Amino acid sequence: MALKHVNAVVVGSGAGGGIVAKELSEAGLSVVLLERGKWFTSFDDRKDDLRNQRTSVLGPSFGPDERNPRVYADSSGSEHVVPSNHWAYSNNAACVGGGTLSYGAMAWRFMEQDFRLRSSYGAVEGSTLDDWPISYADLEPFYEKAEWEIGVSGDDSGNVFRAPRRRPLPMPPLSPNRSFQMLKPAAERLGLHPFHIPMLRNSVPYNGRGGCMRCRWCVGYACEVSAKCGTQNTVIPRAIETGNCELRAECIAKEVITNERGRVTGVAYFDAQGRLQEQTADLVVVSCSAVESPRLLLNSKSRMFPNGLGNRYDWVGRNLQGHSYTGASGLFEQEIYDDLGPGASIAICDFNHGNPGFVAGGLLANEFLRSPYQVASAAAEVGIPRWGSAHKDFMRRYFKRNMTVMGPMQEMPVFESRVQVDPKVKDAWGIPVARISGRHHPNDLLGTEFMAGKAEAWLKEAGASKTFRLHWTFLDIPSGGQHQAGTCRMGNDPNTSVVDKYCRVHDMDNLYVIDGSVHVNNGGFNPVLTIMAIAYHASDNLVKTWKGTHGRG
Amino acid sequence: MQSRLKLSRRVFLQTAMAAAAASGLACGRNGTPWRFLTIEEARALAAISDQIIPPDQDPGASWAGVVNFIDRQLCGPYKSLQATYRRGLAAVDQSSRGLYGKLFADLSSEQQMILLRQLEQGKAPGAIWKQASSSEFFGYVVDHTMQGFYGDPRHGGNREGVSWKMLGLPYPPIRGRQQNISPKKNA
Repeated sequence: MALKHVNAVVVGSGAGGGIVAKELSEAGLSVVLLERGKWFTSFDDRKDDLRNQRTSVLGPSFGPDERNPRVYADSSGSEHVVPSNHWAYSNNAACVGGGTLSYGAMAWRFMEQDFRLRSSYGAVEGSTLDDWPISYADLEPFYEKAEWEIGVSGDDSGNVFRAPRRRPLPMPPLSPNRSFQMLKPAAERLGLHPFHIPMLRNSVPYNGRGGCMRCRWCVGYACEVSAKCGTQNTVIPRAIETGNCELRAECIAKEVITNERGRVTGVAYFDAQGRLQEQTADLVVVSCSAVESPRLLLNSKSRMFPNGLGNRYDWVGRNLQGHSYTGASGLFEQEIYDDLGPGASIAICDFNHGNPGFVAGGLLANEFLRSPYQVASAAAEVGIPRWGSAHKDFMRRYFKRNMTVMGPMQEMPVFESRVQVDPKVKDAWGIPVARISGRHHPNDLLGTEFMAGKAEAWLKEAGASKTFRLHWTFLDIPSGGQHQAGTCRMGNDPNTSVVDKYCRVHDMDNLYVIDGSVHVNNGGFNPVLTIMAIAYHASDNLVKTWKGTHGRG
Repeated sequence: MQSRLKLSRRVFLQTAMAAAAASGLACGRNGTPWRFLTIEEARALAAISDQIIPPDQDPGASWAGVVNFIDRQLCGPYKSLQATYRRGLAAVDQSSRGLYGKLFADLSSEQQMILLRQLEQGKAPGAIWKQASSSEFFGYVVDHTMQGFYGDPRHGGNREGVSWKMLGLPYPPIRGRQQNISPKKNA
């Protein structure tokens, strides 16, 4: 039974795909939005501190499940088949809304320099660092659209380093928690410029949903009162309301189909009952995030495209990057824990650029509220024995008296860090799985050491009696993680990139990749607002250049 | 269409069979109160976990149900570690017998601590540790004990929310009690 032809198939309903589906369906295109995971409601999420997207020791709450393993090839060449809660898996939630259902929801705009790192710092040996084909100014109106349509609270007026913005954020920040009150004057004494973190979270009623109730289950969980703004409670319902968008959950994309003339004609996928379906469309948008998007392109092989789609010059899956997190933890003699979520509240951007001895940098912010198990298992990081009376005493004394300041260091893209499809291992649907390998650039380690020192100084100034630098970056392992990016780079030159500045795959006139994959570099910031802005920017061009149905190819 | 349905059923059966194979050892119906552990294993595990989180003015790991937590996970998400636990717990008792002529659970607290430090450093005596790393096994037990003691009670540990009460976290948690704080009160 053939499915009704539509104008567009969007694969993946996360930060990128959800926005594209809404923009296209509002412009009158018929859209099918495919999502591999389920559509969860807030009632499906138990506040389980061992089984969520942040702490997944008993599994991730929003997937993916054991039916989709990945292969991790380590620096010695050994291969490991890893489940989704293994660090090397680079998990992102598999559900409607993708990562935006359960994220921490920091809503950063990249800085102007982040779009022209190569021009600002020069070529970096061992890195494919380049300028973007678009500038901050190109994206600015779309950052603003994301802030107002999805909903951002906060106040970055104290951030003297921020790029210019035309409109303020639509919602005020949440009231400051105790760590904010301690860190703000400390930063000011150090001559730094602290401010309220912009967050995709309602601080007041907005867009028909209520404000945050300040519970302790935020990052890693779905919001019980839907105050956290993801695509699943904003643009996706709006897309469906147009009557032009059909959301099909639990559908596993197998390949993008092309015809003998090299045009994309649709997507083959396994539906929720495991039946192979073929959805034809005038255009296809791949928004599966930076591991699954290249996997889908590389699995879409045909006589005309023997190496997969967009992969003529072997750039698909290259430059896998995320963030090298760094910072410091401090122990205090006064109580800090106030059970006032989300916890992360204050940041500085003093060290995003212009640091001595290395390229770029990153923001520093206080950490989200941590669960007892998270603090217990991090004891070794603050010099405490892992077990015994000393550990239990530490928990009693310091569970409410510790603070962590950390941030995402901008990584230098490395060509050898990559996603491929594994020649042997297949998922439960028989589709070759993603194979991840690579390493970090030495600059990442220089930057993290520097920033850890700055975090330590900030905590000391705030009154920490003991501080400990966090050492989380290792050069011989690949990057990725939830902030995965870079694997279908945007650029003007088809020889050294996969998509053009509007996210259209070079050499294809109706195939797009719209998610973090297109990032040339990933900023010293959580990337989601940039993914959203790029999705609005690319959709705007798609709608403007839409000339009606092309027929069935 | 028919062939596709068959394919999907085959895929499903393969997945189900792989899961069954991974489970390896049986869960339940072993004539003990436990799902996976034997009486002796549970006794050893209780003693180890009580060294990891000892009872003092607050209850320790075994009172909080850490053995129940681990037993339950060994029949769930930690199925793949069944053999590790079976071998590891037997090896702890073997090391203990070799050193002191007693089972681990019957040692004095000081003796238990000494043996666990050896385990942690990968220096535990006994031929049985030649096949498995004692530090790796001990690492699992430490981590799982922390999960069972400090994690959500729904998984069979942290009885009565004992660790959360110890840390001064409201239990049962009250949600939304902060909602009347005005976001206007900015610093």
